[in-house]
Amino acid sequence: MNVENGVHDAHYFVPAPSRWPIVGSLALFLMALGTAFWINRVPGGNWALLAGTLVLVWMLFGWFGDVIRESQAHSYGLQVDHSFRWGMSWFIFSEVMFFAAFFGALFYTRVISVPELGFFSGTHELLWPGFAADWPAATAPKLDAPYQAMAAVGIPATNTAILLTSGVTLTWAHWGMVENRRTQLKIGLALTVLLGVIFLCLQAYEYHHAWEKMGLTLASGAYGATFYMLTGFHGMHVLVGTIMLATMLVRVLRGHFSTEHHFGFEAAAWYWHFVDVVWLLLFVFVYWL
Amino acid sequence: MTASTETLHLQHADHQAHADAHGWRRWLYATNHKDIGTLYLWFSFSMFMLGGTMALGIRAELFQPGLQFWHPEFFNQLTTLHGIIMVFGAIMPAFTGLANWMLPLMLGAPDMAFARMNNWSFWLLPPAAALLVISLFVPGGAPAGGWTLYPPLSIQAGMGMDLAIFAIHLLGLSSIMGSINIVTTVLNMRAPGMTLLKMPMFAWTSLVTAYLLIAVAPVLAGAVTMLLTDRHFGTHFFKAAGGGDPVLFQHIFWFFGHPEVYIMALPAFGIVSQILPTFARKPLFGYVSMVYAVCSIAILSFMVWAHHMFAVGLPATAQLFFMFMTMLIAVPTGVKVFNWIATMWQGEMTFETPMLFAIGFVCLFTVGGFSGLVLSIAPIDIQMTDTYYVVAHFHYVLVAGALFSLFGATYYWLPKWTGQMYNEKLGKLHFWWSMIWFNVTFFPMHFLGLAGMPRRIPDYPLQFTDFNSVASVGAFCFGLGQLLFLYNVINTIRGGAGRAPARPWEGAHTLEWEVASPAPHHTWEMPPDEALVKKGLRAQLLDQDHE
Repeated sequence: MNVENGVHDAHYFVPAPSRWPIVGSLALFLMALGTAFWINRVPGGNWALLAGTLVLVWMLFGWFGDVIRESQAHSYGLQVDHSFRWGMSWFIFSEVMFFAAFFGALFYTRVISVPELGFFSGTHELLWPGFAADWPAATAPKLDAPYQAMAAVGIPATNTAILLTSGVTLTWAHWGMVENRRTQLKIGLALTVLLGVIFLCLQAYEYHHAWEKMGLTLASGAYGATFYMLTGFHGMHVLVGTIMLATMLVRVLRGHFSTEHHFGFEAAAWYWHFVDVVWLLLFVFVYWL
Repeated sequence: MTASTETLHLQHADHQAHADAHGWRRWLYATNHKDIGTLYLWFSFSMFMLGGTMALGIRAELFQPGLQFWHPEFFNQLTTLHGIIMVFGAIMPAFTGLANWMLPLMLGAPDMAFARMNNWSFWLLPPAAALLVISLFVPGGAPAGGWTLYPPLSIQAGMGMDLAIFAIHLLGLSSIMGSINIVTTVLNMRAPGMTLLKMPMFAWTSLVTAYLLIAVAPVLAGAVTMLLTDRHFGTHFFKAAGGGDPVLFQHIFWFFGHPEVYIMALPAFGIVSQILPTFARKPLFGYVSMVYAVCSIAILSFMVWAHHMFAVGLPATAQLFFMFMTMLIAVPTGVKVFNWIATMWQGEMTFETPMLFAIGFVCLFTVGGFSGLVLSIAPIDIQMTDTYYVVAHFHYVLVAGALFSLFGATYYWLPKWTGQMYNEKLGKLHFWWSMIWFNVTFFPMHFLGLAGMPRRIPDYPLQFTDFNSVASVGAFCFGLGQLLFLYNVINTIRGGAGRAPARPWEGAHTLEWEVASPAPHHTWEMPPDEALVKKGLRAQLLDQDHE
């Protein structure tokens, strides 16, 4: 991109003063305070959280609405387009690092802390006699309830197929965009959103089954904690990605985007592929190995 | 890159036509990088005052042995909040504020790349600060386990810890968005002809700092999220009985924490690299090696985190690895110190206040670097961990390092911001006052640490009394001296020592000095033409191509 020989818009678009950022700050403040109160059983916390969430939704509609209007008015020149590309790339990099923290926790727990609890200098014999570290069956010396581990076959394998397929349908839709075949674009994008929704439904079912039938909860030792943390945050990202793609579908149906001017779509696609890659790592390291 | 210039036809009819907002809207709805930079800087200074007051609370208690003023629990809340507020509230926002104010001016850009998001980055900070302050007043009080938030203490603490966790989430979000903005601005908004190896050093250090923040702020967010679930949702990430490990938190925290050290140091390097050439009236010595040094420090900073954990029982191989990697950082840092000194060598130096702070930085930061080198040696560190030697070390790096560079930057750019000159006499007094009392405060802490005084303790045995009393006197004098700075800044805004020309320092050749003083609300709406850029580059000996 524009590293050495710059592209320069005659007038780089600088937005007018906007109320949305401060509204977003208010929303997040209410959500943070509300959640802190709520989980400590302080009255009113849940209402603050609800209010903050509603304000956040309002802000997202308002802010992205402004961006879409500016885009439709052709306010964004080529240099702004480059800025968006850099911005989205670095945002995805920050997300990579967010997941890296949880994968780091998983690897550390599996390779170092659980094995050490099992054999390290015999101390556990005094604290927890009879404990044998065995991933994923027994990852905790003290557990309230027994649990079963999640197998890779079944829903996780199906979900892998679903996400991989969604990557294909999305790319097919992108071709439709680039080659101005709008029907292909609409069908491909709709299929991708549908696959995302199916993935989320299956994961919800999987969670329900694990929690109710297999005794697998957040409190199920190191295995339960890393399982839910990694798959849970991934699921939230799939949800966000699905909402992004659904938004793009609405915009496509309204006739937005051209063969050359559709970075909103591409950003959502980049995000979706990123979520897809994270899933593959999850499938290998959380479900399979 | 499929976009064609034809479809992206530019509109600009209403672009700058929008009226600038006035009154409170100007600040709450701001999209102007100068306004947002100003907000950042004032916020940072008020947090500096708040965190500084807490530091004085700590020093008052430590003036003599025994418990004078605070309960031990509250003392620990003071040390914890002092750390969090100074790191996340004072130092980091100050550098982001400077980047906001100066990068578009120095690079010849009309604004930051994402002006609206820029506003959000700032306005997430006051709510985060509010959460931290509120935590003082909830049952159980503020977090008291130290700014590093180690479990199990942080898991056992009251709801103040939850507020701190959410504050850190907001601060992280702010840092990530602010950093994405800085990276994009530096990579995409430079004036024609200003290639990467020709941009001002402050732009380089801001770029690398922002990269570090994008890489590690999410990791900290992940760490405190796991704390939160351990506290409230039954997980066992950091509890041995459930198969987790409290040491895991330390690994994740310091994977963030060590790059964080450079996040607070690299921009200071950049500022000093702007100030020294200006007042030595010589181009920066070894520009390219400076760039490589900054990048090397950034890369190495990801591979040294466990030197904060030598005492937790790591395998000897790990200790050796982290020890040697840490020592390796001294090489690029030494390159930088060498280059700064070589920049001044045979220069026509004058000693205005920014220059004094820059030279003070070079001297004292180097002292902090050397004590860091001492601590990097694992067998020595095991003796010194959690003693006042460590406290002395990181205050040399953060106060005489980061903070002094910020003072220097403020005096250096105040004429550009306000259009007035500051009071030079008062500025010099501020420098010498700070320089002397800083050392009175923190130098004795080396001795205290070597003698075995632990940190984060409100009381101590009699033999530590003298040095503690000296340090407390120094701290109060140092703190009071900062009111001089506040007075000088306000005085400058109100007229100061007269109007400043566009280029108050004749040795300064970067682009921000090509616009009027005070800088108009909108600058570089059209990119500066290449001849102007080239002129500045020639003066900095940066016009030849680096192959």
